Amino acid sequence: MQLDVRIPMGLLFLLLGSILVVYGLISDPVIYTQHSLGQNVNLVWGSIFVVFGAAMLLLSRRKKE
Amino acid sequence: MGAFQPLLMKSLLPLSILATADGSGSHDVLLKLAGVDYLILGIYFAFVIAIGWVLRKYLKTSKDFFESGRSLPAWVCALGFIGANLGAQEVIGMAASGAKYGIMTSHFYWIGAIPAMVFVAVFMMPFYYGSKARSVPEYLKLRFDEKTRSFNALTFAFMTIMSSGISMYALALLLNSILGWNFHLCIILSGVIVLLYIFMGGLTSAIYNEVLQFFLIVLGFLPLVLLGMKDVGGWHGLVEKLDVLAQRTGFQAGTYTQSWAHAGSASSNPMGVEWFGLAMGLGFVLSFGYWCTDFLVMQRAMAAKDMGAARRTPLLAAVPKMFFPFLVIFPGLIAMALTVGGHGFQLPPKDGSYDYNMVVPLMLGHYLPSGMLGIGLTALMASFMSGMAGNVTAFNTVFTYDLYQGHIKKDGTDAHYLAVGRWTTVFGILASMGAAYFAAAFNNIMDVLQLVFAFVNAPLFATFLLGMFWRRTSGHGAFWGLISGTVAAAVHQGLTIPVGAAVGLTQGGWVTIVHTYPSIMAQNFWTAIFAWTICMLATIVISLATAPNKTDDQLRGLVYSLTEKIREHDTPWYLRPATLGVVVLAGAVVLNIIFW
Repeated sequence: MQLDVRIPMGLLFLLLGSILVVYGLISDPVIYTQHSLGQNVNLVWGSIFVVFGAAMLLLSRRKKE
Repeated sequence: MGAFQPLLMKSLLPLSILATADGSGSHDVLLKLAGVDYLILGIYFAFVIAIGWVLRKYLKTSKDFFESGRSLPAWVCALGFIGANLGAQEVIGMAASGAKYGIMTSHFYWIGAIPAMVFVAVFMMPFYYGSKARSVPEYLKLRFDEKTRSFNALTFAFMTIMSSGISMYALALLLNSILGWNFHLCIILSGVIVLLYIFMGGLTSAIYNEVLQFFLIVLGFLPLVLLGMKDVGGWHGLVEKLDVLAQRTGFQAGTYTQSWAHAGSASSNPMGVEWFGLAMGLGFVLSFGYWCTDFLVMQRAMAAKDMGAARRTPLLAAVPKMFFPFLVIFPGLIAMALTVGGHGFQLPPKDGSYDYNMVVPLMLGHYLPSGMLGIGLTALMASFMSGMAGNVTAFNTVFTYDLYQGHIKKDGTDAHYLAVGRWTTVFGILASMGAAYFAAAFNNIMDVLQLVFAFVNAPLFATFLLGMFWRRTSGHGAFWGLISGTVAAAVHQGLTIPVGAAVGLTQGGWVTIVHTYPSIMAQNFWTAIFAWTICMLATIVISLATAPNKTDDQLRGLVYSLTEKIREHDTPWYLRPATLGVVVLAGAVVLNIIFW
C-alpha cells in the first residue's frame, strides 16, 4: 500500500487551521466587522480545520494497526 | 450570451463569457491580500508538490503512472472523480449562472448529473473496469475497431489540451484582474506546478491532489455561503429579495428560487428552456454523454482497487455532487439578492446586465477577511489546477496507450511507455500553455473549436449504449453512426438560431434559419437531442447492413448479454451498487421536490 492520502490532508489542514486560529487571535477585530458580519471567521473556521485535520490523521493511524 | 452548454460536455465556458477582463490588465486590484494569505497559498503549493515528491518512490510501472496501479479505495477515487470535474470554470460558471438563471441552474446537478452517475456505476462500470481496457478509447477498440477508437482518442486528446489551456487562460485572466498578478507568470506558474506533481507521481498524485482540492473547495466556500445566507436573512430573505428581481425582469415571483415550477414554457424562465428539452437534452443526452463516456472522470473510477470499488466510485461521488448547488450556485443567488436588496454589495454592470463572472471573486472579497481570504483564494486556484491536472492525466494516458502504442510503437517495454507517459505530460503542459495563449489571442476561433468538439461529444452516448447492450452493433455501425451524429449536430446548429442572436458560426443559422429557439441553451439541448437520435438510428441501420466484426467470444466482458453477472454475495447489501444507486436517486428526487 502506498501513501495514505489522509496523512498529507491531515497535515495540511492542521497547519492551515493553526495559522488561521493564531491569526484570528492576533488580528485587528475591525476586519471582521468589515467583512464577516462581526464574526471572527478565522478563529471559528480555523478550529474546524484543526479538528478536521486531526481527525484525518487519527483515521490514517487507526487504519494501520 | 448565455451559452454554457459545453460546460457540461467538457466543463468549459465559452471564452467570450470567461473574458471578464480583456487580458490587457486594467490594474484596479479588487482583492487585497495580506501576508497571511500569501503564507497560506505558499503552504498549499508546497504541499501539492510534496505529494508528488513522496509518491514518486511508489511509482514503478506504467500501470502505476496511468492507472494508479488499480489500487485506490473507492472513497479516494470518488473524491478524485468529483474533484477533477470541479474545475474553476464550474465554480465560477455555476455561481454566474446561479446569479443569472436562479436555482434552475441546479438542473445541471439534480437531473444533469446524478441519474447518469448512477447509471454508469450500476450498468456500465462492469464493462469499463471488467474489460481491462486502460482507457475509454481502448474500450472502443476492444468492442468495435481501430477506427472508432482512433476517432475518439484523437478528438479526446485534442479536447483535453484545449480544456486545460482554457483553464490556464481563465486562471491567469482572473488573477490578473482581481489581484493584478502578471498574466504570463500565472500561466507559467500554474503549468509548472501541475507538471511537477504529475511528472513525479502520475495519476495517483493527480487524484490525491484532487481529494485535497475537494476538501479545500468545500471548506473554503462554505463560510461564504453561511455568511451570505445570514446576511440576506436566510432562505426566506433570499426568496423575498429574488422575487423583487423576478418582478423587475418580468417573471413570476419564485422564478429564481424554484427549479421546476416555471419550466412549463421557455418564456416563463430566464433560462429560456422548457421541461422536455431540459429533461431530454440536459438530463439525458448531454448528461449521460459526459458522465458515462468521458475518460477524464472515468479514469478516476478505473483506478479503483477492485470492481466493487470502481462501481461505488460514481455513487459515492454523487453524494457530494448532489449538495454542490448549495456551495456553488447559492453564492450566485446571494450575490443577486444583495445586489437588488441594497446591502452595500453590487455586481458590476456589463452589457446592460451584470458581470456574472465576478460573483465568486467579489463574494470572496466581500465576506472573507485576510486569513480566510487566503483559504478562499487557495480553493479557487486549487479548482483551476484540478481541472487542468484532470485533463493532462487523461491526455497522457490516451496519447500513450491509444495513439502512441496503437499506431507508432506497439511492442515497447513497460519502462518505455512509462517514459513516453512522462514526456507526454511535459508536452501536454506545454501544449496547454500554447492553447492558453491561443485562447487569449483568438477568442472566437477557440469558441468555434469548442463548439466543434461539442458536436463530436453529443452523440457519443448512443454509441456506448448500443455497444454495451446490443451485441449486434458492428464496428462500421459505431464509426459511421458517430460521424452521422456529429454531422447532424452541426447541421442542426447551422439551421437554427437562438432568438435575437446574430447569424454566425458560434450562434448558428449559418446554413439557413428554419427554426428559432427561445434561448441559446434551448438550441444546445436540441442540438444534442438531434445528434444523439441520428447517431442511434444510423448505428442501428448500418450495423444491420454490415457483418458483425467480432465473435461472441471476443465480446465476452464487453457486452451485457455475453458477460457473466457480477456476484455480490460477499458484499453487504448496503454497499451494493443497486442499493447505493437507489439511495442516491431518492436523494435527488427529494431535492427536486423541495426546490420544485
